[in-house]
Amino acid sequence: MAAEKTPLIRLAKRTEMKRSSMWMIRVGSILVALLLGCLPMILTATNPFSAYGVIIQGSLSRPVYLKQTIRTAIPLLGCALAIAPCFKMKFWNIGAEGQITMGAVAATYFALFWHDRIPHVPLLLIMAFTAAIAGGLWALIPAFFKARFNTNETLFTLMMNYIAIGIVAWLQGGPWEGRKGSQLIPMFSDSARLPTVFGVNCGWIIALVLVVLMYIYMNKTKQGYEIAVIGDSVNTARYAGMNVGWIIMRTMFISGAISGIVGFIIVSGANFTLYSGVADGVGFTSITVAWLSQLNSFAMIVISMILAVLEKGSNTLQTRMSVPASIADIITGILLFCMLSCEFFINYKLIFRHKENKEEGV
Amino acid sequence: MENRCAIEMKGITKCFGQVVANDSIDLSINRGEILALLGENGSGKTTLMNMLSGIYQPDDGRILKDGEEIYIHSPREAYGFGIGMIHQHYKLIEVFTAAQNVILGLNDGRMDLKAANEKVRSICQRYGFEINPEEKVYDMSVSQKQTVEIVKVLYRGAEILILDEPTAVLTPQETKKLFAVLENMKKDGKAIVIITHKLNEVMEVSDKVAVLRKGKYIGTVNTAETSPQALTDMMVGRAVTLNIDRPKYDNPKKKLVIENLTCLDEEGVKKLDSVSFTAYTGEILGVAGISGSGQKELLEAIAGLYPIKEGSIRLVGNDGSEKEIVGLTPKKIRQTGIGMAFVPEDRLGMGLVGSMGMTGNMLLRSWKKGKGILVRKKEPSELAEKVLEELEVVTPDINFPVRRLSGGNVQKVLVGREIASEPEVLMTAYAVRGLDINTSYTIYNLLTEEKMRGAAVLYVGEDLDVLLELADRIVVLCGGQVAGTVDARTATKEEIGLMMTQFNTKEGE
Repeated sequence: MAAEKTPLIRLAKRTEMKRSSMWMIRVGSILVALLLGCLPMILTATNPFSAYGVIIQGSLSRPVYLKQTIRTAIPLLGCALAIAPCFKMKFWNIGAEGQITMGAVAATYFALFWHDRIPHVPLLLIMAFTAAIAGGLWALIPAFFKARFNTNETLFTLMMNYIAIGIVAWLQGGPWEGRKGSQLIPMFSDSARLPTVFGVNCGWIIALVLVVLMYIYMNKTKQGYEIAVIGDSVNTARYAGMNVGWIIMRTMFISGAISGIVGFIIVSGANFTLYSGVADGVGFTSITVAWLSQLNSFAMIVISMILAVLEKGSNTLQTRMSVPASIADIITGILLFCMLSCEFFINYKLIFRHKENKEEGV
Repeated sequence: MENRCAIEMKGITKCFGQVVANDSIDLSINRGEILALLGENGSGKTTLMNMLSGIYQPDDGRILKDGEEIYIHSPREAYGFGIGMIHQHYKLIEVFTAAQNVILGLNDGRMDLKAANEKVRSICQRYGFEINPEEKVYDMSVSQKQTVEIVKVLYRGAEILILDEPTAVLTPQETKKLFAVLENMKKDGKAIVIITHKLNEVMEVSDKVAVLRKGKYIGTVNTAETSPQALTDMMVGRAVTLNIDRPKYDNPKKKLVIENLTCLDEEGVKKLDSVSFTAYTGEILGVAGISGSGQKELLEAIAGLYPIKEGSIRLVGNDGSEKEIVGLTPKKIRQTGIGMAFVPEDRLGMGLVGSMGMTGNMLLRSWKKGKGILVRKKEPSELAEKVLEELEVVTPDINFPVRRLSGGNVQKVLVGREIASEPEVLMTAYAVRGLDINTSYTIYNLLTEEKMRGAAVLYVGEDLDVLLELADRIVVLCGGQVAGTVDARTATKEEIGLMMTQFNTKEGE
């Protein structure tokens, strides 16, 4: 009797959960995502097993592939690290794209006009430093308006992206144009290029150092504590005597500066030139990385590698099995969906009507 | 008077996660009777009644109406069974009239406002309500809004009325009026349940009392045959003394002087209107008033968190020197050297960091300490251990997020931290709201200890009985103004109740 009157599935909030089972659910969600990812492949008449095989093979099986995969992962990781403190503060900085671009612009300026006057290492240091300042200042603009006038940071940072991209497009066709009419900025000379370590530009070392620094910054420092308190409640932060506006601006500057350094790594380590698509969506994809890794720096290494494997592998997929590379985007989307919804299952459990009745029977 | 039993609940069980909110509860509600559902916060009173009004469904157990089993899936269905609940937080559209609010959500084809006005009027006449159906809700006082909610339920033909803590926001005079109306409804044969934890009201108005404790049904007694002490023992499970010790402190000195303090909110409305008073060392200065009379703004202004239009707030040092703190940030106020502690009303939204553990929250006071960029966690974690031990905080671990602790434990963490700084001025806003009797008395004792240590304690409270027992003097706020200051040892509840409303009536004329 009662069974017909109670709903089929009810939700109940979980009280507590072991860490291990939490991670079990997360790993499980990745497996579910991979299973769901078979669907589009089947729809495009591809054998999912061989497709996944090609993705893994094409991204990890040979040193050349692996290097390319790591090269894709570096900016994702660096930029996720940049975003982490903002997101911890619940300041939704989706302007990393523009901050990367402005960092790249600053680095490019020195690469183009000072490469013959400054020796290799100091030049790279200056490029990195000015890239950080440029990215930081670019991020500071929306932060200032947020702190002063409480403007919406999401829209503001997003719009700043297009301004930055526009600036590069103008440089490309105007003052920094190489050969007249080419619409291209000349390639960097060797002294403005990052050296390689183990075959990959040394940006990976910078990124790994940043992982450790960011972990310490977020978890051990006073400033990290301030960020966490503001993220929890602005009123509590004010109550504790924190200058919220100042902290927002400072954090955004740091975030923008790291994004700027990522921009420097991209132009000086991978592209060796500047064009308007320099950030190439990294600023957005890294939001996925930051979110999936729950703002944990070390987890970001893993997540950025997974996304890089998908991206690199699906390029191989395209050439070998003529499957559109956008399949990687679909899988990334499914992965994101599954991992975010698994947080729901960490917080809630489902109670099925049927099961409950059995329990009653016992 | 046959078949008086309107609703029977049998073996009702409801769990939230691992928390058993209701554990196989049996309860019967009779027509023509006022049943008081008594229990401490978190004992499951509201949960039980929410299952009657269709907000939750029970995990187990049966609900019988007039002997027939019923299933209630939504509040709308509950109305169909003649059950209506008046919640603690009113759900009214401010820009609508009373009658418009009453018929809101009714699906009877067309909207006949004239007929609705008439019907509302006749309901009011029948039970002695005093509201005008054509008055807009934003022009109404809290008690009038409550009346609209009650009429709304009656309009839908409810035979069984459930009122969740109806007197929490009312003045003593308004409470009397409400009780008179309840009596009328009772005579009309309605079944009435009031959820409450105020014993004196239970004794005054109810016919029977059902007591819950920690989700379990303890029993039902006839009000005439019981006493407040016996009910408390049933609620708490053991004998508790209900007296608050109020020692006198020798040689009080000026500690906090407030003169002509005026504050405006963002819309430019006066929240505080030239408030002046002085707080002395070794006293608990109670602040009474209807909620929203400026209590929150007053404390936040003193703490440096609310913008001040004009006036003066001075802290008096031990040597008698006065320091003006208007315009200073909380950080600068701290640097004056006169320790001030503040237990705000919004514990998790202002006083604590919900996602952090006890250690992280102790750090909130001392995070700036020490040179270098790293935080020092040793001191705060020692303090956390100390608070845990002394105030008997129940938590799995000192790093367990405080958001997930129970309300009483959250408050212990907050009060424990604030007292640990040995403040000279201690401000508390609704320090015992939502806490069980035991924890409440723990807090009262702590505040009295602070007072005897020589602190000036500002206690904003809503329970006048407690204010009269705990405080030394009481400042009564009304509409942002000081309506008067009374000696808590000699004042009466009625006197304060009148002061709480006097300015409002003046403005209304």
